[in-house]
Amino acid sequence: MNWLKRPASETQITHGQRLWLYIISTVIMVLLVAPTVIVIPMSFSASQYLEFPPREWSLRWYEHYVNSPAWMDATWTSLKAGFLTMCLATPVGVAAAYGLHVSRHPLGQFFYVLLITPIMVPVILIAIAAFYVFVQIKLVNSLLGLVIAHTILALPLVLIVVSAALKSYDMNQEMAARSLGASRLTAFLGITLPQIRFSVLTAALLSFLTSFDEVIIAMFVSGGENSTLTRNMFNALRDQIDPTIASISTIMIVISSTLLILSQLFGKSRD
Amino acid sequence: MSTISGIAAAPRANEVLLNRQDWQERWALLGLASPAVLTILIVMVIPVGWLFYLSFLSDDGSFSLEHYERMLESKAYARIFWTTFKVSFLTTGLCILIGYPLAYFLSQLGPRAATLCMLTVLLPFWTSLLVRTYAWLVLLQRQGLVNRWGMELGLWEEPLALVHNLNGTLIGMVHIMLPFLVLPLYGSMKAISTDYLKASSNLGAGPVQTFWNIFFPLSLPGLFAGALIVFVLCLGFFVTPAVLGGGKVIMVSNQITRNIELFFNWGAASALGVVLLLITLGILFAASRLLNLNRVLGGGH
Repeated sequence: MNWLKRPASETQITHGQRLWLYIISTVIMVLLVAPTVIVIPMSFSASQYLEFPPREWSLRWYEHYVNSPAWMDATWTSLKAGFLTMCLATPVGVAAAYGLHVSRHPLGQFFYVLLITPIMVPVILIAIAAFYVFVQIKLVNSLLGLVIAHTILALPLVLIVVSAALKSYDMNQEMAARSLGASRLTAFLGITLPQIRFSVLTAALLSFLTSFDEVIIAMFVSGGENSTLTRNMFNALRDQIDPTIASISTIMIVISSTLLILSQLFGKSRD
Repeated sequence: MSTISGIAAAPRANEVLLNRQDWQERWALLGLASPAVLTILIVMVIPVGWLFYLSFLSDDGSFSLEHYERMLESKAYARIFWTTFKVSFLTTGLCILIGYPLAYFLSQLGPRAATLCMLTVLLPFWTSLLVRTYAWLVLLQRQGLVNRWGMELGLWEEPLALVHNLNGTLIGMVHIMLPFLVLPLYGSMKAISTDYLKASSNLGAGPVQTFWNIFFPLSLPGLFAGALIVFVLCLGFFVTPAVLGGGKVIMVSNQITRNIELFFNWGAASALGVVLLLITLGILFAASRLLNLNRVLGGGH
């Protein structure tokens, strides 16, 4: 137990004196991860009632999901909406971040605030506003309408992530390229973009996830053939605890943790 | 004569020309933001403005304040606002109580251990909100794991009502909001220079004294920023109260949805939305007087 008596920080507090902190933090970290992790084994249960640990293992809820046209359509809609939102929000957001960063225009600050308002405005308001307008222009229940509305939510994230990257990037490198004859566009594509590419990639992933996870806008704006996965999950959750959702959840957990680990690995290789 | 004045005027003319070119370029570069600005204006600002207008119309289309009057008079609306604030305050308070020690712990770790432990905060952050809400629904139900283990361990006799009420809503919301508090708080704790702590202990302060007099005050801006984000997000929260509250915890967002889906009352829904927006913006504005919001939102110049 020598370790307990060793100083833990430069203020000479020992690990022993801080043992309570380690215990509390471990408990919190377990509680943060446990709920999501426990869903995974439950999804392989054969029982109608989700059990942990399952008495009998089976893939029936996965089969139920894969064989259900409604769930499959919804999954496709969500994937398409996420992908298109990513394709729209990333270039538009990167252009805005770059434009606002290099122009040093007095209006820049105002535009920046305007562009991040969607994360401050309650989503329900954006949802009903979009619904109200989409009804008039017949965009309700269409993929296009969904993508446009989701882009609103994704843009601030792209802007924040890319702006932060540009701030720590030395713009003189681009100046050097331009003084050697490169155009602004060539300099950006050849010098700046490769150096902020991890942030752009993160921004793109975040916009995909934002759209994929979004429930409230999808509830109002999507429907019929173009109902999203989260919309169907939400409706199912309000009625009863459907074990099919456990299998869908497991698939979503695997996807999001893979993306997270990839982003961490890329993030590390950058330094 | 003309050549002399021409030589004298040339630098001036050059400067004016350069200045003009510079401004043209700045406008052009600003123009790069125009697709984003137009999207936000057309899809968000103008429609929300429209809702604002709708909230002042009565059912027959004439101008009236009836929706706002009803909100002030009706007991049901008072209860909804009370629930919204209560849930938001409790969630923020619990997040601070749980999140501060966790962020402090993370900030004290070495780089490798910090990355590893940080994953436990980031994993739920990246996992779908709906998946986590579902997980809690399964765990907290009457026959759920928490109740079964609690009774087997003899902690309680009867199954507790942990879900479809305020308890369940709070548990789910704290779990979802915690990363929003921990991440900015961790950032501000990492930025505290250890020199201050060293100086303090060099001058004879004990570890506890150093923590409360030096570290804690320096971490307050981060704590404030995190708590602000959590509180504002809670005010507009919808999914978790709808699922884990089981219709018993009705927050403003839930009522807006009900007004539209059940009663098709756009005026009432818009009026509620306008009030919710004004409260949210008011809190953010008040907070911006006290701290640099750019640091919270990570942008600007």
